[in-house]
Amino acid sequence: MSNITDTPPKLVVEGLYKIFGKHPQQALQWVKEGMNKQELLDQKHHVLGLQDINLSIQPRSIEVIMGLSGSGKSTLIRHFNRLLEPTAGKILLDGEDILTFNQRQLREMRLHKIAMVFQKFALMPHLTIAENVQYGLKLRGSSLKEADLQERCTYWLERVGLKGMEQHYPRQLSGGMQQRVGLARALATDADILLMDEAFSALDPLIRTDMQDMLLSLQQELNKTIIFITHDLDEALRIGDSIAILRDGALIQQGNAQDILLNPVDAYVRRFVADVNRTRVLKVKTIMQGMNALPTDIDDSRPMTVKGSRSVEYLLNKTILQNPSAIWVVNNKGERIGYIDRAILANTIGRDEEADQDWEGLWAASA
Amino acid sequence: MDWLTEFPALSYDALREINKAVDTTFRDFSREYGSSIEQFFDPLLQFLVWLEQLLITTPWPIIIGLVALVSWFASRNYKIVLGATISLLLIGIFGMWENTMSTLSIITVCTLLSILLGLPIGILMAHSNRAQSFITPILDVMQTMPSFVYLIPVVMLLGIGKVPGVIAVVIYAIPPMIRLTNLGIRHVDKAVLEAAEAFGSTYWQKLRQVQLPLALPSIFAGINQTIMMSLSMVVIASMIGVKGLGQPVLKAITNQYFAMGLFNGLAIVALAIIFDRVSQSYGKRLQGQHNA
Repeated sequence: MSNITDTPPKLVVEGLYKIFGKHPQQALQWVKEGMNKQELLDQKHHVLGLQDINLSIQPRSIEVIMGLSGSGKSTLIRHFNRLLEPTAGKILLDGEDILTFNQRQLREMRLHKIAMVFQKFALMPHLTIAENVQYGLKLRGSSLKEADLQERCTYWLERVGLKGMEQHYPRQLSGGMQQRVGLARALATDADILLMDEAFSALDPLIRTDMQDMLLSLQQELNKTIIFITHDLDEALRIGDSIAILRDGALIQQGNAQDILLNPVDAYVRRFVADVNRTRVLKVKTIMQGMNALPTDIDDSRPMTVKGSRSVEYLLNKTILQNPSAIWVVNNKGERIGYIDRAILANTIGRDEEADQDWEGLWAASA
Repeated sequence: MDWLTEFPALSYDALREINKAVDTTFRDFSREYGSSIEQFFDPLLQFLVWLEQLLITTPWPIIIGLVALVSWFASRNYKIVLGATISLLLIGIFGMWENTMSTLSIITVCTLLSILLGLPIGILMAHSNRAQSFITPILDVMQTMPSFVYLIPVVMLLGIGKVPGVIAVVIYAIPPMIRLTNLGIRHVDKAVLEAAEAFGSTYWQKLRQVQLPLALPSIFAGINQTIMMSLSMVVIASMIGVKGLGQPVLKAITNQYFAMGLFNGLAIVALAIIFDRVSQSYGKRLQGQHNA
């Protein structure tokens, strides 16, 4: 992660608010004076969609925005290509505030810079698969030749595994195949930013995993900036370089998978991560004891080494098989960078009882 | 307590004054502008006369051949083609060919006019809720007001003849065209529209490439309804001098010629069925294209 934090962010959101209702500006004042979402709805009949979102998204990374339904994640993603207009705030794309764009600039941005993949696929039912894939390109007008269109379409359909389906209609395809077309349509525009709104949520679990794999392998080569919305934490941990968690329209935590699992910021997030198989997500180096704080009584008779970039799950396997007396963590060059003992390991895999208590507390509070 | 049993209506004199005021105002208006309005519709009249003559003077085998050909391309169903051909042959044998051609010409013009006017109005209605709430009650009036009532001002303005006939028919037949265009566009999947917008469609691109094609089956249902309603108006239109199958029916009513009324009535029914089956199966084929 550290190698990308130095580059300027691709997309920056500053103080973004979205309020639905008749008088959003007036409602904004009430919110800024401290009214919460529920009060605003009950007393003033306005819906607080997003409140004071500040977010910066690195180029060439996958940013996952996660939250339960109603948390505002779909509302947020629709601001990035201005399908929705914010009530207040700024959205900077490559340093330019897209909210100042006129209709022509906005259209240019949608044609060339940002493409989108939708939860319900949203393919044009009256167009063939080929025409659907070419849809974004054809909107640009005469700048592309027919042969070029054909070539790009064939290329992208092949990349998403739908070679030879050009002349079919969307309804003849399964859900998973339709979403591949959705992805090909977005990729064919060559936009640097890909917005994916619960793109895999409507698919069944096995197909969803396939699609995640495909997205990850495409991303390794394409290096796009992908903003991915989901309500599924496993999906978020699996594909996200960075994860932002939304609740009631507010951003409550942003960090990588390790941060979220190890330092959940509040009870809501802790409950979210409680059921995750943490040993698969956590890396050995995040749970190790540093070399400067080694215990004095290390029994080095049967040592074992493991790379810091391995998962804890891998370490567990190896530990059970080899039964070492000490576990040393090494970097890629084989130098020792840390130490792990059984107590640390046991702590890491133990179920987080605090989370269960938090959850009961949340239930009691909402009852 | 008289006012409870007897409704306290305006006095006879007051009512007469009101009626007179409305009538004189309209009469003055029609005297003032009648001729210029007539002039405005002159090209329409020319076209009507030209089309009617064309249909009547064209040899009947050519007309039947054309109808069969159009039916085939629209429906791809030999039963419909056969039915249309036999119906037209029977109409000819029973001596109603010329009247049927007159009716065919007026229905064609009325349908074209309804599409030409109805489509943009339907699009406007789908585009704005305000337009919809303004136009819907007007359509309700057009459909429920007895046609004889709006024949009066039309005849006062334009006299008796083809053009007032066409206007009366279009007023009655255009509402389903407008309503179903509006409905079809409004029922287009919101997710698909959002996708069109997200990829950078302009308003017109969205309308032309997404909304209209997806609303087409509904629009075709509208055209079908418009044709049916125009046909049902031919008898009433014949009261103000529109030639065609309506005139013998009218004559049959006034003279109690049962057989004459029946034959001409059946000819209207035959035309209606031909139009209906052909346009419906074309609409279904359009729909089938992306439902397959």
